[in-house]
Amino acid sequence: MDHSATTPVDQLVVDAMIPYFTEIFGNSSSLHSFGGEAAEALSMARKQVAEAIGALPEEIIFTSGGTESDNLAIRGVIPYNTSKKHIITSVIEHPAVLNTCSFLESMGHEVTYVPVDTEGIVDIRKLEESVRKDTVLISIMHANNEVGTIQPIKEIAQIAKKHDIYFHTDAVQTVGKIPVNVDELDVDMLSISSHKIHGPKGVGALYIRKGTAIEPIIFGGNHENGMRSGTENIPGIVGLAKAMSLAQQRLNADSKHMQEMRDSLISRIFDIIPDVRLNGHPVQRLPNNINLSFKYVEGESMLMLLDMKGIAVSTGSACSSKSLKASHVLSSLNLEDDYIHGSLRISLGRENTMEDIDYVVESLKETVLKLREMSPLSSQ
Amino acid sequence: MIEEFSNPHNVGVIENADGVGEIGSTVDGDIINISIKVTNNILEDVKFKTFGCVVAISTSSAVTRLAKGKTVEEALSLSNDDILTALDGLPEGKDRCSGFALDALKLAIEDYQKKNK
Repeated sequence: MDHSATTPVDQLVVDAMIPYFTEIFGNSSSLHSFGGEAAEALSMARKQVAEAIGALPEEIIFTSGGTESDNLAIRGVIPYNTSKKHIITSVIEHPAVLNTCSFLESMGHEVTYVPVDTEGIVDIRKLEESVRKDTVLISIMHANNEVGTIQPIKEIAQIAKKHDIYFHTDAVQTVGKIPVNVDELDVDMLSISSHKIHGPKGVGALYIRKGTAIEPIIFGGNHENGMRSGTENIPGIVGLAKAMSLAQQRLNADSKHMQEMRDSLISRIFDIIPDVRLNGHPVQRLPNNINLSFKYVEGESMLMLLDMKGIAVSTGSACSSKSLKASHVLSSLNLEDDYIHGSLRISLGRENTMEDIDYVVESLKETVLKLREMSPLSSQ
Repeated sequence: MIEEFSNPHNVGVIENADGVGEIGSTVDGDIINISIKVTNNILEDVKFKTFGCVVAISTSSAVTRLAKGKTVEEALSLSNDDILTALDGLPEGKDRCSGFALDALKLAIEDYQKKNK
Protein backbone atom coordinates (compact mmCIF):
# COMPACT_ATOMS: atom_id res chain seq x y z
CA MET A 1 0.00 0.00 0.00
CA ASP A 2 3.06 2.21 -0.41
CA HIS A 3 3.77 1.81 -4.12
CA SER A 4 4.54 5.48 -4.60
CA ALA A 5 7.60 4.88 -2.44
CA THR A 6 8.75 1.88 -4.43
CA THR A 7 7.51 -1.31 -6.11
CA PRO A 8 8.62 -4.94 -6.26
CA VAL A 9 10.49 -5.87 -9.45
CA ASP A 10 8.28 -7.77 -11.89
CA GLN A 11 9.47 -11.35 -12.48
CA LEU A 12 9.51 -10.72 -16.25
CA VAL A 13 11.85 -7.77 -15.60
CA VAL A 14 14.14 -9.93 -13.45
CA ASP A 15 14.19 -12.60 -16.19
CA ALA A 16 15.12 -10.00 -18.79
CA MET A 17 17.97 -8.66 -16.62
CA ILE A 18 19.62 -11.92 -15.47
CA PRO A 19 21.65 -12.70 -18.64
CA TYR A 20 23.25 -9.26 -18.47
CA PHE A 21 24.90 -9.99 -15.13
CA THR A 22 26.73 -13.16 -16.08
CA GLU A 23 26.56 -14.07 -19.77
CA ILE A 24 26.43 -10.73 -21.53
CA PHE A 25 28.50 -8.73 -19.08
CA GLY A 26 30.55 -6.71 -21.57
CA ASN A 27 31.30 -3.01 -21.40
CA SER A 28 29.29 -1.42 -24.17
CA SER A 29 32.23 0.85 -24.99
CA SER A 30 34.60 -2.07 -25.70
CA LEU A 31 35.30 -2.76 -29.35
CA HIS A 32 35.37 -6.56 -29.09
CA SER A 33 32.32 -8.74 -29.57
CA PHE A 34 31.52 -8.96 -25.83
CA GLY A 35 31.24 -5.19 -25.73
CA GLY A 36 29.24 -5.32 -28.96
CA GLU A 37 26.56 -7.49 -27.38
CA ALA A 38 26.21 -5.08 -24.48
CA ALA A 39 26.05 -2.13 -26.86
CA GLU A 40 23.31 -3.88 -28.77
CA ALA A 41 21.31 -4.44 -25.57
CA LEU A 42 21.78 -0.78 -24.70
CA SER A 43 20.53 0.41 -28.06
CA MET A 44 17.57 -1.98 -27.91
CA ALA A 45 16.66 -0.67 -24.43
CA ARG A 46 16.93 2.92 -25.59
CA LYS A 47 14.55 2.17 -28.43
CA GLN A 48 12.04 0.50 -26.06
CA VAL A 49 12.06 3.39 -23.59
CA ALA A 50 11.74 5.93 -26.40
CA GLU A 51 8.82 4.07 -27.95
CA ALA A 52 6.97 3.91 -24.62
CA ILE A 53 6.87 7.72 -24.37
CA GLY A 54 6.73 8.62 -28.07
CA ALA A 55 10.33 9.88 -28.28
CA LEU A 56 13.30 9.21 -30.54
CA PRO A 57 15.97 6.81 -29.18
CA GLU A 58 18.64 9.52 -29.31
CA GLU A 59 16.48 11.68 -27.04
CA ILE A 60 16.81 9.19 -24.13
CA ILE A 61 19.69 9.53 -21.63
CA PHE A 62 20.02 6.78 -19.04
CA THR A 63 20.74 7.94 -15.50
CA SER A 64 20.89 6.52 -11.98
CA GLY A 65 17.24 7.38 -11.30
CA GLY A 66 14.61 10.10 -11.02
CA THR A 67 16.73 12.30 -8.79
CA GLU A 68 19.67 12.39 -11.20
CA SER A 69 17.30 12.98 -14.12
CA ASP A 70 15.81 16.01 -12.34
CA ASN A 71 19.30 17.29 -11.50
CA LEU A 72 20.49 16.89 -15.08
CA ALA A 73 17.43 18.63 -16.51
CA ILE A 74 17.65 21.62 -14.19
CA ARG A 75 21.39 22.06 -13.75
CA GLY A 76 22.11 21.04 -17.34
CA VAL A 77 20.36 23.97 -18.99
CA ILE A 78 22.18 26.55 -16.85
CA PRO A 79 25.70 26.71 -18.39
CA TYR A 80 24.42 27.01 -21.93
CA ASN A 81 22.18 29.92 -21.05
CA THR A 82 24.39 32.05 -18.86
CA SER A 83 22.52 35.31 -19.35
CA LYS A 84 19.29 33.73 -18.10
CA LYS A 85 19.19 33.47 -14.33
CA HIS A 86 15.57 32.69 -13.52
CA ILE A 87 13.77 29.37 -12.98
CA ILE A 88 10.07 28.75 -12.31
CA THR A 89 8.89 25.72 -10.36
CA SER A 90 6.12 24.93 -7.87
CA VAL A 91 5.99 24.71 -4.08
CA ILE A 92 4.95 21.04 -4.17
CA GLU A 93 7.79 19.58 -6.26
CA HIS A 94 9.80 16.58 -5.14
CA PRO A 95 12.92 17.42 -3.09
CA ALA A 96 15.02 16.34 -6.11
CA VAL A 97 13.72 19.47 -7.85
CA LEU A 98 13.31 21.78 -4.83
CA ASN A 99 16.76 21.15 -3.39
CA THR A 100 18.40 21.46 -6.82
CA CYS A 101 16.67 24.81 -7.21
CA SER A 102 17.71 26.00 -3.77
CA PHE A 103 21.31 25.02 -4.56
CA LEU A 104 21.12 27.12 -7.72
CA GLU A 105 19.74 30.00 -5.67
CA SER A 106 22.83 29.78 -3.47
CA MET A 107 24.90 30.07 -6.67
CA GLY A 108 23.19 33.30 -7.64
CA HIS A 109 20.20 32.12 -9.65
CA GLU A 110 16.67 33.22 -8.92
CA VAL A 111 13.77 30.84 -8.47
CA THR A 112 10.02 31.50 -8.32
CA TYR A 113 8.04 28.87 -6.44
CA VAL A 114 4.49 29.05 -7.80
CA PRO A 115 1.74 28.23 -5.26
CA VAL A 116 -0.99 25.63 -5.71
CA ASP A 117 -4.72 25.73 -4.91
CA THR A 118 -6.31 23.72 -2.10
CA GLU A 119 -6.52 20.67 -4.37
CA GLY A 120 -2.88 20.87 -5.37
CA ILE A 121 -3.21 22.33 -8.89
CA VAL A 122 -0.50 24.81 -9.85
CA ASP A 123 -1.77 28.39 -10.16
CA ILE A 124 -1.37 28.87 -13.94
CA ARG A 125 -2.09 32.60 -13.81
CA LYS A 126 0.62 33.21 -11.23
CA LEU A 127 2.96 30.97 -13.19
CA GLU A 128 2.56 33.06 -16.32
CA GLU A 129 2.84 36.30 -14.34
CA SER A 130 6.17 35.14 -12.95
CA VAL A 131 7.71 34.69 -16.41
CA ARG A 132 10.64 37.07 -16.95
CA LYS A 133 12.89 37.92 -19.88
CA ASP A 134 15.65 35.93 -18.23
CA THR A 135 13.57 32.84 -17.37
CA VAL A 136 15.47 29.82 -18.66
CA LEU A 137 13.37 26.92 -17.37
CA ILE A 138 9.97 25.92 -16.01
CA SER A 139 9.95 22.66 -14.05
CA ILE A 140 6.54 21.35 -12.92
CA MET A 141 5.90 17.74 -11.93
CA HIS A 142 3.40 15.69 -13.96
CA ALA A 143 1.71 14.37 -10.82
CA ASN A 144 2.47 14.90 -7.16
CA ASN A 145 3.90 11.99 -5.19
CA GLU A 146 2.05 12.77 -1.94
CA VAL A 147 -1.44 13.88 -2.87
CA GLY A 148 -1.58 12.50 -6.43
CA THR A 149 -2.76 15.70 -8.14
CA ILE A 150 -2.15 15.65 -11.91
CA GLN A 151 -0.97 19.01 -13.27
CA PRO A 152 -2.25 20.66 -16.48
CA ILE A 153 1.08 20.01 -18.21
CA LYS A 154 -0.14 20.86 -21.72
CA GLU A 155 -1.34 24.29 -20.63
CA ILE A 156 1.95 25.01 -18.89
CA ALA A 157 3.81 23.80 -21.97
CA GLN A 158 1.94 26.37 -24.05
CA ILE A 159 3.04 29.15 -21.71
CA ALA A 160 6.63 27.91 -21.88
CA LYS A 161 6.51 27.76 -25.66
CA LYS A 162 4.94 31.20 -25.99
CA HIS A 163 7.81 32.74 -24.02
CA ASP A 164 10.53 30.51 -25.48
CA ILE A 165 11.39 28.85 -22.15
CA TYR A 166 12.47 25.23 -21.68
CA PHE A 167 9.90 23.03 -19.92
CA HIS A 168 10.82 20.04 -17.78
CA THR A 169 8.40 17.70 -16.05
CA ASP A 170 9.11 15.05 -13.45
CA ALA A 171 6.97 12.09 -14.59
CA VAL A 172 8.29 9.65 -12.01
CA GLN A 173 4.80 9.09 -10.55
CA THR A 174 2.83 9.02 -13.82
CA VAL A 175 4.60 6.52 -16.09
CA GLY A 176 2.54 3.30 -16.02
CA LYS A 177 -0.42 5.03 -14.32
CA ILE A 178 -1.64 7.52 -16.94
CA PRO A 179 -0.59 8.07 -20.57
CA VAL A 180 2.81 9.75 -20.87
CA ASN A 181 3.73 10.95 -24.36
CA VAL A 182 6.31 13.68 -24.80
CA ASP A 183 4.63 15.19 -27.86
CA GLU A 184 1.15 15.06 -26.34
CA LEU A 185 2.48 16.77 -23.22
CA ASP A 186 4.68 19.02 -25.36
CA VAL A 187 7.60 18.98 -22.92
CA ASP A 188 11.32 19.51 -23.60
CA MET A 189 12.53 17.24 -20.83
CA LEU A 190 10.88 14.47 -18.80
CA SER A 191 12.23 12.45 -15.86
CA ILE A 192 11.59 8.72 -15.47
CA SER A 193 12.39 6.35 -12.60
CA SER A 194 12.55 2.57 -12.91
CA HIS A 195 11.80 1.40 -9.37
CA LYS A 196 8.39 3.09 -9.27
CA ILE A 197 7.20 0.95 -12.19
CA HIS A 198 8.24 -2.54 -11.09
CA GLY A 199 11.77 -2.10 -12.41
CA PRO A 200 15.08 -2.25 -10.50
CA LYS A 201 16.35 0.55 -8.26
CA GLY A 202 19.32 2.70 -9.25
CA VAL A 203 18.29 3.41 -12.83
CA GLY A 204 16.18 6.00 -14.61
CA ALA A 205 16.14 8.13 -17.72
CA LEU A 206 15.81 11.69 -18.87
CA TYR A 207 14.08 12.49 -22.13
CA ILE A 208 15.74 15.52 -23.76
CA ARG A 209 14.02 16.90 -26.85
CA LYS A 210 16.34 17.23 -29.85
CA GLY A 211 17.76 20.73 -30.07
CA THR A 212 17.62 21.46 -26.33
CA ALA A 213 20.72 23.38 -25.27
CA ILE A 214 21.96 21.34 -22.33
CA GLU A 215 25.30 20.39 -20.80
CA PRO A 216 26.18 17.27 -18.80
CA ILE A 217 26.57 17.40 -15.03
CA ILE A 218 28.71 14.25 -14.85
CA PHE A 219 31.93 14.18 -16.87
CA GLY A 220 34.16 11.27 -17.85
CA GLY A 221 34.37 8.88 -20.75
CA ASN A 222 31.59 10.50 -22.77
CA HIS A 223 29.03 7.73 -22.39
CA GLU A 224 25.43 8.47 -23.36
CA ASN A 225 26.62 10.64 -26.20
CA GLY A 226 28.62 12.73 -23.75
CA MET A 227 25.54 13.65 -21.72
CA ARG A 228 26.16 11.24 -18.84
CA SER A 229 29.55 9.67 -18.37
CA GLY A 230 30.08 6.44 -16.48
CA THR A 231 29.90 2.87 -17.75
CA GLU A 232 26.28 2.11 -18.44
CA ASN A 233 24.41 -0.07 -15.97
CA ILE A 234 23.33 -2.55 -18.65
CA PRO A 235 21.29 -4.96 -16.45
CA GLY A 236 19.53 -2.00 -14.85
CA ILE A 237 18.86 -0.31 -18.17
CA VAL A 238 17.53 -3.54 -19.67
CA GLY A 239 15.30 -3.86 -16.59
CA LEU A 240 14.03 -0.29 -16.95
CA ALA A 241 13.26 -0.86 -20.63
CA LYS A 242 11.38 -4.08 -19.88
CA ALA A 243 9.45 -2.38 -17.06
CA MET A 244 8.57 0.53 -19.37
CA SER A 245 7.32 -1.81 -22.10
CA LEU A 246 5.25 -3.80 -19.61
CA ALA A 247 3.85 -0.60 -18.07
CA GLN A 248 2.91 0.60 -21.53
CA GLN A 249 1.22 -2.69 -22.49
CA ARG A 250 -0.65 -2.94 -19.20
CA LEU A 251 -1.47 0.74 -18.79
CA ASN A 252 -5.21 0.56 -19.48
CA ALA A 253 -5.85 -2.60 -17.48
CA ASP A 254 -3.62 -1.56 -14.57
CA SER A 255 -4.96 1.94 -14.21
CA LYS A 256 -8.56 0.75 -14.41
CA HIS A 257 -7.87 -1.89 -11.74
CA MET A 258 -6.11 0.60 -9.45
CA GLN A 259 -8.77 3.24 -9.93
CA GLU A 260 -11.55 0.79 -9.00
CA MET A 261 -9.72 -0.13 -5.80
CA ARG A 262 -8.96 3.53 -5.08
CA ASP A 263 -12.56 4.66 -5.47
CA SER A 264 -13.92 1.75 -3.46
CA LEU A 265 -11.53 2.43 -0.58
CA ILE A 266 -12.29 6.14 -0.51
CA SER A 267 -16.08 5.75 -0.56
CA ARG A 268 -16.04 3.02 2.09
CA ILE A 269 -13.81 5.03 4.42
CA PHE A 270 -16.13 8.03 4.08
CA ASP A 271 -19.10 5.76 4.86
CA ILE A 272 -17.69 4.31 8.07
CA ILE A 273 -15.32 6.93 9.53
CA PRO A 274 -16.56 10.44 10.38
CA ASP A 275 -14.38 13.57 10.25
CA VAL A 276 -12.18 12.55 7.34
CA ARG A 277 -11.16 14.46 4.23
CA LEU A 278 -9.58 13.55 0.91
CA ASN A 279 -6.43 15.58 0.21
CA GLY A 280 -5.61 16.45 -3.38
CA HIS A 281 -7.89 16.69 -6.39
CA PRO A 282 -11.08 14.58 -6.59
CA VAL A 283 -10.73 13.90 -10.34
CA GLN A 284 -7.31 15.07 -11.59
CA ARG A 285 -5.73 12.37 -9.50
CA LEU A 286 -3.36 9.44 -9.98
CA PRO A 287 -5.40 6.22 -10.22
CA ASN A 288 -3.34 4.64 -7.43
CA ASN A 289 -3.22 7.53 -4.95
CA ILE A 290 -5.34 7.94 -1.84
CA ASN A 291 -4.41 10.67 0.63
CA LEU A 292 -6.74 11.04 3.59
CA SER A 293 -6.66 13.20 6.71
CA PHE A 294 -8.37 12.03 9.87
CA LYS A 295 -9.33 14.59 12.47
CA TYR A 296 -8.16 14.16 16.11
CA VAL A 297 -5.37 11.67 15.34
CA GLU A 298 -1.74 11.89 14.26
CA GLY A 299 -0.21 10.33 11.14
CA GLU A 300 2.84 8.57 12.59
CA SER A 301 0.70 6.83 15.21
CA MET A 302 -1.71 5.57 12.53
CA LEU A 303 1.21 4.44 10.38
CA MET A 304 2.66 2.47 13.28
CA LEU A 305 -0.59 0.69 14.20
CA LEU A 306 -1.19 -0.19 10.55
CA ASP A 307 2.37 -1.47 10.25
CA MET A 308 1.64 -3.83 13.14
CA LYS A 309 -1.24 -5.18 11.08
CA GLY A 310 1.12 -5.72 8.16
CA ILE A 311 0.00 -2.69 6.15
CA ALA A 312 2.65 -0.29 4.85
CA VAL A 313 1.52 3.30 4.22
CA SER A 314 3.15 6.70 4.56
CA THR A 315 2.25 9.97 6.23
CA GLY A 316 2.82 13.67 5.67
CA SER A 317 3.22 14.18 9.40
CA ALA A 318 6.56 13.99 11.14
CA CYS A 319 7.25 14.35 14.82
CA SER A 320 10.44 15.88 16.12
CA SER A 321 10.88 16.66 19.79
CA LYS A 322 7.49 17.89 20.94
CA SER A 323 6.40 19.47 17.70
CA LEU A 324 4.62 18.00 14.72
CA LYS A 325 5.59 19.12 11.26
CA ALA A 326 3.42 18.65 8.19
CA SER A 327 5.06 17.93 4.85
CA HIS A 328 5.79 20.81 2.47
CA VAL A 329 3.05 19.51 0.17
CA LEU A 330 0.26 19.36 2.79
CA SER A 331 1.37 22.71 4.20
CA SER A 332 0.90 24.23 0.73
CA LEU A 333 -2.73 23.09 0.48
CA ASN A 334 -3.96 25.36 3.29
CA LEU A 335 -5.61 22.55 5.24
CA GLU A 336 -7.27 23.39 8.55
CA ASP A 337 -5.00 22.71 11.53
CA ASP A 338 -7.37 19.96 12.64
CA TYR A 339 -6.59 17.95 9.54
CA ILE A 340 -2.97 18.72 8.83
CA HIS A 341 -1.30 16.27 11.25
CA GLY A 342 -3.54 13.27 10.62
CA SER A 343 -2.70 12.46 7.01
CA LEU A 344 -2.09 9.06 5.46
CA ARG A 345 -1.03 8.23 1.93
CA ILE A 346 -2.13 4.86 0.58
CA SER A 347 -0.61 4.19 -2.85
CA LEU A 348 -1.82 1.12 -4.69
CA GLY A 349 -0.02 -1.20 -7.08
CA ARG A 350 -1.15 -3.56 -9.78
CA GLU A 351 -0.70 -6.63 -7.59
CA ASN A 352 -3.12 -5.33 -4.93
CA THR A 353 -6.58 -6.92 -4.84
CA MET A 354 -10.06 -5.98 -3.64
CA GLU A 355 -9.45 -8.34 -0.69
CA ASP A 356 -6.49 -6.14 0.26
CA ILE A 357 -8.82 -3.15 0.15
CA ASP A 358 -11.31 -4.92 2.46
CA TYR A 359 -8.52 -5.57 4.94
CA VAL A 360 -7.18 -2.01 4.77
CA VAL A 361 -10.65 -0.50 5.29
CA GLU A 362 -11.27 -2.69 8.33
CA SER A 363 -7.79 -2.08 9.81
CA LEU A 364 -7.98 1.64 9.21
CA LYS A 365 -11.32 1.83 10.98
CA GLU A 366 -9.92 0.01 14.04
CA THR A 367 -6.79 2.17 14.03
CA VAL A 368 -8.60 5.49 13.83
CA LEU A 369 -11.14 4.47 16.50
CA LYS A 370 -8.41 3.31 18.84
CA LEU A 371 -6.42 6.53 18.51
CA ARG A 372 -9.50 8.71 18.76
CA GLU A 373 -10.33 7.01 22.06
CA MET A 374 -6.96 8.24 23.28
CA SER A 375 -7.26 11.70 21.80
CA PRO A 376 -8.17 14.70 23.98
CA LEU A 377 -9.49 16.40 20.83
CA SER A 378 -12.16 13.82 20.11
CA SER A 379 -15.41 13.63 22.03
CA GLN A 380 -15.54 9.91 21.31
CA MET B 1 8.06 1.50 23.73
CA ILE B 2 6.10 -0.19 20.95
CA GLU B 3 4.44 -2.48 23.49
CA GLU B 4 3.40 0.51 25.62
CA PHE B 5 2.13 2.25 22.46
CA SER B 6 0.04 -0.62 21.17
CA ASN B 7 -1.38 -1.51 24.58
CA PRO B 8 -1.44 1.76 26.47
CA HIS B 9 -2.43 1.89 30.15
CA ASN B 10 -4.82 4.30 31.84
CA VAL B 11 -6.44 5.88 28.79
CA GLY B 12 -9.25 8.29 29.64
CA VAL B 13 -10.30 11.28 31.69
CA ILE B 14 -11.11 11.06 35.40
CA GLU B 15 -14.48 12.59 36.16
CA ASN B 16 -14.38 15.12 39.01
CA ALA B 17 -10.60 14.88 38.97
CA ASP B 18 -8.63 16.48 41.80
CA GLY B 19 -6.12 17.89 39.34
CA VAL B 20 -5.83 18.30 35.58
CA GLY B 21 -2.78 19.19 33.49
CA GLU B 22 -2.84 19.84 29.76
CA ILE B 23 0.03 20.80 27.54
CA GLY B 24 0.46 21.54 23.82
CA SER B 25 -1.65 22.95 21.03
CA THR B 26 -3.05 21.70 17.71
CA VAL B 27 -1.18 24.30 15.76
CA ASP B 28 2.27 22.93 16.24
CA GLY B 29 2.12 19.66 18.00
CA ASP B 30 1.21 17.06 20.50
CA ILE B 31 -1.44 17.58 23.16
CA ILE B 32 -1.25 15.64 26.40
CA ASN B 33 -3.98 15.76 29.04
CA ILE B 34 -3.40 14.07 32.40
CA SER B 35 -5.98 13.92 35.18
CA ILE B 36 -5.41 12.67 38.73
CA LYS B 37 -7.46 11.48 41.69
CA VAL B 38 -5.69 12.01 45.03
CA THR B 39 -6.66 10.31 48.30
CA ASN B 40 -4.60 10.75 51.51
CA ASN B 41 -1.74 12.29 49.52
CA ILE B 42 -1.59 9.26 47.21
CA LEU B 43 -2.28 9.36 43.47
CA GLU B 44 -5.05 6.80 43.55
CA ASP B 45 -5.83 7.14 39.85
CA VAL B 46 -4.01 8.72 36.91
CA LYS B 47 -5.40 8.85 33.38
CA PHE B 48 -4.26 10.34 30.08
CA LYS B 49 -5.54 11.43 26.71
CA THR B 50 -2.97 12.22 24.07
CA PHE B 51 -2.99 13.50 20.51
CA GLY B 52 0.40 12.85 19.02
CA CYS B 53 3.00 10.50 17.72
CA VAL B 54 4.08 7.09 18.99
CA VAL B 55 6.51 8.60 21.49
CA ALA B 56 3.94 11.03 22.91
CA ILE B 57 1.41 8.23 23.44
CA SER B 58 3.83 5.70 24.90
CA THR B 59 5.46 8.20 27.28
CA SER B 60 2.01 9.39 28.44
CA SER B 61 1.06 5.83 29.22
CA ALA B 62 4.35 5.18 31.04
CA VAL B 63 3.98 8.35 33.13
CA THR B 64 0.49 7.38 34.32
CA ARG B 65 1.66 3.86 35.08
CA LEU B 66 4.65 5.09 37.13
CA ALA B 67 2.72 7.81 38.98
CA LYS B 68 -0.23 5.68 39.97
CA GLY B 69 -0.05 4.60 43.64
CA LYS B 70 2.78 7.02 44.45
CA THR B 71 2.62 9.85 46.96
CA VAL B 72 2.38 13.39 45.58
CA GLU B 73 6.05 14.00 46.49
CA GLU B 74 7.20 10.74 44.86
CA ALA B 75 5.26 11.56 41.71
CA LEU B 76 6.79 15.04 41.56
CA SER B 77 10.26 13.56 41.76
CA LEU B 78 9.79 11.26 38.74
CA SER B 79 12.48 12.03 36.18
CA ASN B 80 13.03 11.64 32.46
CA ASP B 81 15.35 8.75 33.19
CA ASP B 82 12.58 6.91 35.05
CA ILE B 83 10.40 7.16 31.93
CA LEU B 84 13.21 6.09 29.63
CA THR B 85 13.92 3.08 31.84
CA ALA B 86 10.25 2.12 31.91
CA LEU B 87 10.13 2.22 28.11
CA ASP B 88 13.50 0.56 27.54
CA GLY B 89 14.72 3.72 25.85
CA LEU B 90 13.34 5.84 23.03
CA PRO B 91 14.38 6.15 19.40
CA GLU B 92 17.39 8.37 18.79
CA GLY B 93 16.60 12.07 18.83
CA LYS B 94 13.31 11.57 20.65
CA ASP B 95 14.51 11.05 24.21
CA ARG B 96 13.62 14.63 25.12
CA CYS B 97 9.95 13.97 24.28
CA SER B 98 9.49 12.01 27.51
CA GLY B 99 9.68 15.28 29.44
CA PHE B 100 6.51 16.46 27.79
CA ALA B 101 4.23 13.88 29.42
CA LEU B 102 6.03 14.44 32.70
CA ASP B 103 5.30 18.17 32.44
CA ALA B 104 1.58 17.41 32.01
CA LEU B 105 1.65 15.24 35.16
CA LYS B 106 3.39 18.01 37.11
CA LEU B 107 0.81 20.54 35.92
CA ALA B 108 -1.94 18.21 37.14
CA ILE B 109 -0.29 17.93 40.56
CA GLU B 110 0.19 21.72 40.76
CA ASP B 111 -3.50 22.10 39.89
CA TYR B 112 -4.37 19.73 42.75
CA GLN B 113 -2.08 21.56 45.18
CA LYS B 114 -3.54 24.95 44.22
CA LYS B 115 -7.07 23.70 44.85
CA ASN B 116 -6.13 22.24 48.23
CA LYS B 117 -4.16 25.09 49.72
